[in-house]
Amino acid sequence: MQKATTEMKTASTGPAPAASEIDPHSIGKGHLELRNISKSYGEEWDLQQVIESMSLDIEPGKLTVIVGPSGCGKSTLVNLIAGFEKPDSGEILLDGKPVTGPAKDRMVVFQETALIPWQTTYENVVFGPKLRGDLKGKALEEEAKRLLVKVGLGEFMHKYPLQLSGGMQRRAELARAIINGPRIMIMDEPFRGLDAMSRGLMQEFFLRLFEENRRTNLFVTSEIDEAIFLADRLVVLSNRPASVRKVIDIKLPRPRHYTMLSSAQAYEYKRDAMAILHEEAMKSFRPSTANANFAKSYTTSGGH
Amino acid sequence: MTTASQTTETVNAGRRTTAPTGLALYWYRFQQSLSTPKPYLTVLGIGLWLFTYWLLCEGLRVDRFDKIPGPVAVAKDWFSPTPFQGVSIFTENYYNHIYVSCRRILIAFALATGIGVPLGLFMGWSQRVREYAFPILETLRPIPILAWVPLAILMFPGFEAPVIFLATLASLFVTTLNTMLGVQSIDESYFRAAGCLGSSNWDIFKNVVVPGALPFVFTGLQISIGVAWFSLVAAEMVSGDHGLGYLIVDSYMNNVTVPMVIGMITLGFVGWITSVLVRIVGNWLMQWHVKALALQGR
Repeated sequence: MQKATTEMKTASTGPAPAASEIDPHSIGKGHLELRNISKSYGEEWDLQQVIESMSLDIEPGKLTVIVGPSGCGKSTLVNLIAGFEKPDSGEILLDGKPVTGPAKDRMVVFQETALIPWQTTYENVVFGPKLRGDLKGKALEEEAKRLLVKVGLGEFMHKYPLQLSGGMQRRAELARAIINGPRIMIMDEPFRGLDAMSRGLMQEFFLRLFEENRRTNLFVTSEIDEAIFLADRLVVLSNRPASVRKVIDIKLPRPRHYTMLSSAQAYEYKRDAMAILHEEAMKSFRPSTANANFAKSYTTSGGH
Repeated sequence: MTTASQTTETVNAGRRTTAPTGLALYWYRFQQSLSTPKPYLTVLGIGLWLFTYWLLCEGLRVDRFDKIPGPVAVAKDWFSPTPFQGVSIFTENYYNHIYVSCRRILIAFALATGIGVPLGLFMGWSQRVREYAFPILETLRPIPILAWVPLAILMFPGFEAPVIFLATLASLFVTTLNTMLGVQSIDESYFRAAGCLGSSNWDIFKNVVVPGALPFVFTGLQISIGVAWFSLVAAEMVSGDHGLGYLIVDSYMNNVTVPMVIGMITLGFVGWITSVLVRIVGNWLMQWHVKALALQGR
């Protein structure tokens, strides 16, 4: 069923992806399970609990979006899943195997940009496969060029990242991640810092990529509109220490179009998520009458 | 025929449409700069400075300044085939002094860079290496180079080795420290990105640590070559034969003041050239950095 939609989609959007695009090892896999994970920082006598017994199932082939109030521990969660840090307790499994450190099956697209500035766009894209040696010579060159053209950077492949605009940098970063055929893509507020226009365009571009190959995706953001526009499943986190407050299945049809955001259904989702987010965000403020009044008026106005 | 068509192509209604290359580019830049105040201000600045110097020493003959050779006296001797006080661009010993100093700088700078850059890279990259080396470095660094002179003379035989040792030591501290800071300035996300992509430690060192630290390394090297000249001359003054520092102090001792000034001005020029050379090598190695700065109009 899912395969059929993928094919239909590619047929309608022009050139069919090359066979290598859909890595048979990555599609249909990428089942990520978080089991009761906790993480804290700080001195022994002054522990800051950032994540507390969080369990979450990230289903393969779906775009799961995590939203939470700012500073709630979303980036820590990303660091744990990517393997940059280890949880204090609990375990993280990818397709049943425990995560032990960073690896190419979990590619991270970072906040702002993490393109290596002393490598050209092209060098950045081929960096991973070249290091591991799993794609070489002509094949690597062709694949990298194909991906760069696909993300609209064919003309810019020999420019350095700092010579590109913000949106171009994000697209280059997507290409750099995709070429490694990850089982799951982890996007840590990837469009933060872009202006509203580029952000909207990047969201649509990203959606087209996702809808084409349905790679398991974990997308972290603090923007509720972005979250609803992209998500199959929306995970709303609590304030610090982070745990899952609610999982909302977003049933907007795919392919998505930005006009769907103004539909009644999207509005329902937004109000639902907003109510929780708002309640959680307010925990960061000192309890005072002013805050309480603001909170009340904010929620009754439907989160606008 | 081809030239004619090329001319019409490149100079299209008075506007260039293709970029000049090689020497033509420098000529183009020079011509462009003539329409800005920059070259005129430079010439004016040098003129003003020379005029003040002349006024003090030769024009007004201000008390005590009259003992210093003025610009006219210096220029006369400097460019004379038969210099009155023995040193000019036509005498062999002038070039010998320059050669000896440059050779010492080259050796000292190469040693300091060869030891300092790797040491700094490892100190920045590895907590363990930093813990070994940093306290010692921080204790030795504040000791002025002149305080090392007696020790250097005791430790090393002859004239050459102690002088080179002192110059090396001074620039070693600068290079090491800047390189270490360079590594520490690299954004954590590049290490993480490289980790995701499957880098081993050695890959990260090659592809992230070294290139990422380069901008700081070259800033450090420019300072360090200046420091090397500084301590070299100090060392040559105390212990040495030949070299520009020796020329300056020897002239002073023998009461011939013109070669003293010639030595100083020469030092200025030679030091400037070496520092430009370091910058050229740096820019050549860091195209990404040059291009990023160019975008900011720098």
